[in-house]
Amino acid sequence: MRFLDEQFRLKIGLAEMLKGGVIMDVTNAEQAVIAEKAGACAVMALERVPSDIRRDGGVARMAPISKIREIMQTVSIPVMAKARIGHFMEAKVLESLKVDYIDESEVLTPADEEHHIDKHPFSTPFVCGARNLGEALRRIAEGAAMIRTKGEAGSGNIVEAVRHMRTIVKEMKALTVLSKAELPTAAKNLQAPLELVEWVAENGKLPVPNFSAGGIATPADAALVMQLGAEAVFVGSGIFKSNDPEARAKAIVKAATYYNDPEKLLEASEELGIGMFGLDIKQIPESELLQTRGW
Amino acid sequence: MKRVGVLALQGDFEAHRKAVERAGAQAVEVRKAEDLDTIDGLIVPGGESTTMLKLLHAENLFERLREFGEAKPIFGTCAGAILVAREVRSPKQESLGLVDLTVERNAYGRQVDSRIVQLEGEAGTGLEQPVEAVFIRAPIIRHTGSDVRTLLRYNGDPVLVEQGRHLVATFHPELTGDARIHQKFLEKLDDSR
Repeated sequence: MRFLDEQFRLKIGLAEMLKGGVIMDVTNAEQAVIAEKAGACAVMALERVPSDIRRDGGVARMAPISKIREIMQTVSIPVMAKARIGHFMEAKVLESLKVDYIDESEVLTPADEEHHIDKHPFSTPFVCGARNLGEALRRIAEGAAMIRTKGEAGSGNIVEAVRHMRTIVKEMKALTVLSKAELPTAAKNLQAPLELVEWVAENGKLPVPNFSAGGIATPADAALVMQLGAEAVFVGSGIFKSNDPEARAKAIVKAATYYNDPEKLLEASEELGIGMFGLDIKQIPESELLQTRGW
Repeated sequence: MKRVGVLALQGDFEAHRKAVERAGAQAVEVRKAEDLDTIDGLIVPGGESTTMLKLLHAENLFERLREFGEAKPIFGTCAGAILVAREVRSPKQESLGLVDLTVERNAYGRQVDSRIVQLEGEAGTGLEQPVEAVFIRAPIIRHTGSDVRTLLRYNGDPVLVEQGRHLVATFHPELTGDARIHQKFLEKLDDSR
């Protein structure tokens, strides 16, 4: 199977190393240093954090190269960067820059409303967002080596990340009790390749690491999605839109490790200052939702 | 049954847990100092060494780990190799100093320079049949002390070494189905009793 060949195993390998960790959105080298010092296992370079993209509107593109390069030169941890959905030339540029991971992200304005990037030809690994199992498996079929639940980026509201993680886990469980004869119909309904559906049915999990993103703002939020099955977390606006990013970053790192230990979570949750302002998802007009970008 | 702790602060500790079980021992996840009391040896997994270092200090585990390593075997892979080394470069970083190694971080380059290679050990290492070595943003061992024995090399650089009770790999034996290197570590657990 193509998704288990040597190059693909290397791509998944780096995702394995990020497990139990926190990947933090940063927009410049100064923030990247704060993230690294707080214990981030990687940083995501972008032009504006999602809540600013939401506020300011306009077209959100790949971050300026000078910013990404500056971040790569400043920190020793892996550096990821976002490309627009379907924008394989932004991805080519990021690969030439040698970023460690490319996020084909719904947070940026999609460049192609029908096609995602064919990720197999790249030697740089990709992470993609998903709201359900079918979407996750379609991205893996295209070559994504890591899935993250989309949540609703820049909302400071965990409800969508919870919904998406629960959905994926529930749909995977459902496959494990089906007979082999029932799997082609399941694949048809999920709109996903049969070989990947069969793999999930046999193993009860995704063939690539499954992380969570979109709305994580507190240590307890991080612990919640880890309890639900996330193997690591992405935190976007949650850190640098709070009033004490350093303390909050450290606390969320701690929560990702001790998500099963309420006493440690209590320690992590103290003296955090004020978190980012959160949005009620119901108050966001449908046209402004980021999670519905991509298919 | 031998009990092997796997430091579970961050990284691919789950892959190590499964590798320990494949090699025929019981695996225990270690997140707190008291978890060290009941294990015969400890694996420090791959992951981000800077992240693990922060968490080790936050939980007062750094000194406890050094004390543990002075009495019992430790197996460090990749980030684990960096943490147990005597000296870390690029950038300079604090380490436990349990194994007489100088290690350079991310020395092959970035993720696009990660690779899988086949390596063969010399006669007597028990690794004469090819070992699949997965290097991911791996460090390079630039110097080994006189008590360090090299078991595998890649491009002339040591990538699997032992020093007394300790074992160090700059690659990831936990990411393949081959249990030989974990078994090698389990043999050391006997030696130390």
